[in-house]
This record gives sequence, C-alpha cells and structure tokens, in this order.
Amino acid sequence: MGRPKTTKTSQPNLTNTSQMLDWYRSMLLIRRFEERAGQLYGMGLIGGFCHLYIGQEAIAVGMQSVKQTGDQIITGYRDHGHMLAAGMDPKSVMAELTGRAAGVARGKGGSMHMFDVEAGFFGGHGIVGAQVSLGTGLAFANRYKENGGVSFTYFGDGAANQGQVYECFNMAELWRLPVVYVIENNQYAMGTSVERASSEVQLFKRGLSFNIPGEQVDGMDVEAVRAAGERAATHARSGEGPYILEMKTYRYRGHSMSDPAKYRSRDEVDEVKKTRDPIDHLRERMAALGMADEAALKAIDAEVKKVVADAAEFARTAPEPDPSELYTDVYLEA
Amino acid sequence: MSVDVLMPALSPTMEEGTLTKWTIQVGDKVSAGDVIAEIETDKATMEVEAVDEGVVEAILVPAGSEGVKVNTAIARLSGEGPAAAPAPKPVAAVEAVPTAAATVATSASSGVSSADPEIPEGTPFIRQTVRDALRDAMAEEMRRDPAVFLMGEEVAQYQGAYKVSRDLLQEFGEKRVIDTPITEHGFAGIGVGAAFTGLKPIIEFMTFNFAMQAIDHLINSAAKTLYMSGGQIKSSIVFRGPNGAAARVAAQHSQDYSAWYGAVPGLKVVAPYDAADAKGLLKAAIRDPNPVVFLEHEIMYGVEFDVPEGVDWVVPIGKAKVRREGTDVTLTAHSRMVGFALEAAEKLAEAGISAEVIDLRSLRPLDHETIVASVKKTNRLVSVEEGWGPYGVGAEVCQRVVEHAFDWLDAPPTRVHGEDVPMPYAANLEALCLPSVDKIVAAVKSVTARG
Repeated sequence: MGRPKTTKTSQPNLTNTSQMLDWYRSMLLIRRFEERAGQLYGMGLIGGFCHLYIGQEAIAVGMQSVKQTGDQIITGYRDHGHMLAAGMDPKSVMAELTGRAAGVARGKGGSMHMFDVEAGFFGGHGIVGAQVSLGTGLAFANRYKENGGVSFTYFGDGAANQGQVYECFNMAELWRLPVVYVIENNQYAMGTSVERASSEVQLFKRGLSFNIPGEQVDGMDVEAVRAAGERAATHARSGEGPYILEMKTYRYRGHSMSDPAKYRSRDEVDEVKKTRDPIDHLRERMAALGMADEAALKAIDAEVKKVVADAAEFARTAPEPDPSELYTDVYLEA
Repeated sequence: MSVDVLMPALSPTMEEGTLTKWTIQVGDKVSAGDVIAEIETDKATMEVEAVDEGVVEAILVPAGSEGVKVNTAIARLSGEGPAAAPAPKPVAAVEAVPTAAATVATSASSGVSSADPEIPEGTPFIRQTVRDALRDAMAEEMRRDPAVFLMGEEVAQYQGAYKVSRDLLQEFGEKRVIDTPITEHGFAGIGVGAAFTGLKPIIEFMTFNFAMQAIDHLINSAAKTLYMSGGQIKSSIVFRGPNGAAARVAAQHSQDYSAWYGAVPGLKVVAPYDAADAKGLLKAAIRDPNPVVFLEHEIMYGVEFDVPEGVDWVVPIGKAKVRREGTDVTLTAHSRMVGFALEAAEKLAEAGISAEVIDLRSLRPLDHETIVASVKKTNRLVSVEEGWGPYGVGAEVCQRVVEHAFDWLDAPPTRVHGEDVPMPYAANLEALCLPSVDKIVAAVKSVTARG
C-alpha cells in the first residue's frame, strides 16, 4: 500500500463548462436550501436537531460527480446536502424536515434519518460513527455480489475518534472492500476542535497502521474533491481495497441550530467565508477559465431560488402523517 | 508411591470425552509438561500434559475409548512427588467458552404440538443435538438462498467456538462462511449494512455477552431503520449465539438478554428449547424479512431431541407451544428453563398438582393468547426465567395475564427468576442464584396453597 500523500491544489482543466455549471447549481441549491431550513427551524416548522451543511457543499457535490450507478452513499446526521447532491427531490427532503407525510421517510425519520435507495442513498444515521460500519457493510455486499459498486462512506472529524471506525478500517483492508472513507473535517466536533480531541490531527493518516492509503484534500475546492474522489474510487473499484480522503472544510453555522458556536470567533468564521467559500471559489474559477456566462449563472440563481421557495411552501402546507402511520413500517410481513 | 492420572475436565461444562490417543507407554519416564495423551470433546481436541515426574506403571483406559467420564483414573504413575494430576492444554483453545453444567441431562424428549406445521404421515425423526440442528438449519438455508451467509468469530476455520458451524466452511467456502477479527461492534454493523442491500447475514456472537459491544447496531441500526426510512430499507438479518448462564463463568459471561432485546420494537426475539424448535425457528428466522435475535443456550447445545427428517421444517415465529397439559397451574418458560419447568411439573404431579407447561419460544412477538387461554383454564400463573426478575420476561407475562385474564386468577401471578445479583463464581452461590426445579415447585405450591 502506498503512503499517505497530500494533495492541496486543484488540477486545472479536468472539467468542462456544463460540468461546472451543474456543480454550481447543485452547490447553490444546497446553500439556499439550508438557509431556508434554518429559517423554517426558527419559525418552529422544523423540530428536533437540524444540522446544516453550509460551507461544506463542495464535498458532497464533487464526490457525487464520481459516483456511478450502483454505488452507495451513507453519512451521519449532517445529511441534507448529500441528499440534494444525490438528486433527491428538494420538496420531499424539506417535507421530511417539517415531518410531513410527503417526506422522503413519510415524516418518521426527520432531519437526521433520511434514505433513498433508488438514489443509492442509505442514510442519514444519528449515532456518531455507526454509518462507518454500515457503509463498510454496503461495500461488503458489493464484493459479495460482485457488482462493481463502491460505497462512499462519509463521517466527520468527531466520528473519526470512534472505535468502530478502526474495527472497520481493519476489516475493509483485510478483505479489500470497495469503500471510500470520506472524512469531512470541518474542524469542530460539536464544540470541540480537532486539536482538542485528536492526538493526530492529520486525519488522512488514520489508516496508516491498517495500510490504507489516505490523502488530504481541499474540501472547499470542488475540482480538487472531484480529482481526489476519482483516484480513491478507482482504487476501490479495482479491488485494491479502501481509501481515505480527508476533506478539509468548514461549517459556517453551529453544530446544530441550537448551537451558538461560542467556541470560535466571529473573525475566524468571516475569514473562511471571505477567502475560502466553495461557491465563490467556483465562480472565480469559472471566470478565470472564461467559462462564466453571467446570464447563465443568474438564470441558475433564479431557478434555485424558486425551487427552494417551492420546497418550503410544499413542506409548510403538506399534511402531517395519518395517525395510523404510527404503527406502520415496524415489521415487514414474514 | 503410585499416583493416578485422572480424566481431566477441559471446560467447566464437560462431563466426558474420548481418549483418542496415548503418547506414552508403560515404562516411559515422564516429566512435568510432557504431553501424555490426546482427548477429544465435542468442542475441541486437547493435549493432556503431565504435571509431575514419574514412570508410567499402567494405562488404565485404552486409546480410542469414548465416553470417558471426568475424574476417571486413566493411567498410573509411580511418582516421586505428590499427586500427578494432568493439566489440560488446549490445542486450539477458546478462552471465552467454558461450558457444561454438571447436571445436564444428555437427552431429553420433546413433543410436537398443534402450533407447529403439519408433519406428513410417516416422516421419520432422528435423534439430534441442538448444536447439530442449528447447523443443519443454517446449511439448509444457505443451500436454498445464495444471499445467506454466516459471519463471526471462529465460525469458519475453527468450525465454530461451540462447533455450531461445523462443516459449513467445507461446504460453502470462505465467501459465505466468514471469520472476523474480534471486533463485535464493527462486524455487527457490517452485517446490518450488508442486509440493507438485500443480503441475509447470520451474525454469530460467540456469546451474547459480547454482543453488548455491538448492541447499538442491533437496536439503532437493525431494528429502527425500516421505520426511520418510511419502509424503504429492511434488515433481514439474524443475530445468534449462546445466551444466559453456562456454568462457573461468573458475572460477565452469564447473563440472560431476553428482556433487553424483548423490549425493542423492530426486533423479533426467539429462544428455543429443543432441537426441533432450534432448527425450525432458525430457518424461520433466516427467512424472516426482519432482524431476529436468536438466543441459544450453551448448556443445551449437547442435548439430543427428536427432529423431523427429510422435510423443510420451518416453525413459525410468534407461537408458544404447550409442552405439557395440566389443569391446576400454568408454568411459562423459555430456553433451558423449559426443561426445568417440565421436571417441576413431573414432581408436582406426584404431589397431586397438575401443571401445564408453556414453552414461550418466541419472546417478541409474545404469544399471550396461548398463555391467557391456559390461565383461564388453570387460574394460576408461575413464570420461570433464567434472567433477572425486575423488568423481565416474567414481568411482561404476568402483566399480559393480569390485563387479559384478571377475573380468572385465583392467586397473584408469581415469578421464578435469577436472583437480583451479578452471577457469582462459587459453585454453591451460583446454584443459589439460578432458578431450580425446587424453586419452581415451591412457587407453584405457594400459589396453589398446598405448600
């Protein structure tokens, strides 16, 4: 197995205009959707925990462009962005957030537990680190079925300290399972910074003692994400076993809606927004490459705005589940 | 001074074994640590070492002898030192697996009640251990459905820590019989993830005590995902292994998890008593589209019962079984405790008390209709379980009876259960801790007022 290496610069000209516009649209959709979700939460329409993906959009979107039909995605509770990137209907995702019958899980999962098997999206899991074992199991099934699929298993810098992650690293490499572990290192596990929680803060090295190759990637740069994702997926798909991508990123909002984020300064957040924002970065890249058609971008802005407004309206007005739904989906008929 | 070498107990639950081979002969001088013989049990082959020096005077049990009882003199040394008792040295030891109660019956009978599927006229029955019945269930289902696979610690090359998976690797290969590292949390989650895609894993825990490391995936991942996904994602998966108290393995290895899993919606929980149920219910569990926790009992593995042969024997989950009919009191039990209840019923009959014995078999769903119907006939209930009483299976059974048959009760429902303490190691304390036939008899007499 190769040694971990670091890739910090994006590789130019990997992509064409239509790909970049798709990315732009997808990232903007996540940003606007999450902003609206925050607003609906403030209005009391979304309950419980609500973890927003704002700032991390380039990861879900860049990796999605690597995913092939038959591959799977699984993540933790910060999952809205992944679902939208996977192509799930914003209306049914937003309706799930408001707990309506038309929600993607019929209103029974909520923000943290959403699934769409057709989109290859296996959740949405609320227990920190559990999705790593489950995602490794998806990879196990791919190998068992010899279907050529790859499991993209996402977790954060917090989950990276859970014991089961290392149990699965061991088995994934031992059995050469087709899994790409994507660590979304947004620097804070709730209120605890990576430095305060991890004896080794370079999380791409966490597979070293299992012989799993790892890379650190600028998770604010969608092209870099895509390029690293391709390397990792190729490795996994070709039977070489697991691969770790540490995506350096940042979440703009608190851990959840109820987190005032007093553990970091306003200046720190503003600095990232000003200098590393993934959507601004993509716009600048497109301009630099002569791809930016202002009219096209404006059209996308308007379209996304409408999609999100429609989703919010739908989620506000759609009916709640019928009380009889309380007892459905507990067991399947044997 | 001559010293007898005794047949050693190689595990806490071993009663006898086969003396496969002597590696010494009369006249040999042996030193402490020399391998002198090889012994085979149903779980492992072990070498026996001499503890002291001496010259072999006589070999008392010839090689190839089967059923040699523990503590039988097997050879005599002319010793120069004190007693030369042998020390067993496992060839491939399973540290976590001591077994075998001193009081286990090696054979028991079982009836087949109307809750079970029809057995065609003329179907032969074979005598089979619970262990082999479980193995056959897995083998038959693996032949039937390529999506079924077995995963766990020592299930493949070692042939199962308790030999429940014997010969499965040979038949199905390493793709479908998978040895894992010692990593319960991880492989339980991998199993559930695989089940999400439609595979049908059988996850073996060496014991359910170790499943505590993995319980998050049983409950949060396997049991709840169907609901949380609005019916999109199923987990057709079996978690199986020995549960409850073996013998002399103390607190951390002797716990009954029936009530723990029985409390969780989304799980089915099964705890068979005899070999026919072990086979038929395990086949049903493997076919079930829901996650099933399948609680076996180590002390029952070696017990033989009748099992129908040559039929696709599937026992539906969710049906209790009346093991013995009676009129004065209803006894409910599951797993090993069914045998205790049957024995108690026998004793009670001698005292003129007619006890009906219901084998719960399935703890979730619990077949309270069968229990309630029985209590409406007998007017008295005594529940028996190995686990702790508070919040236990018996508490649930009593509540259901109070709810559905209150007016038929002639005495308060009563429970016999493990004492409310961690399992002690000392033999006398352990015996005091567990339910016993005498405790059941006493409980029945207290509610029938014939004490």
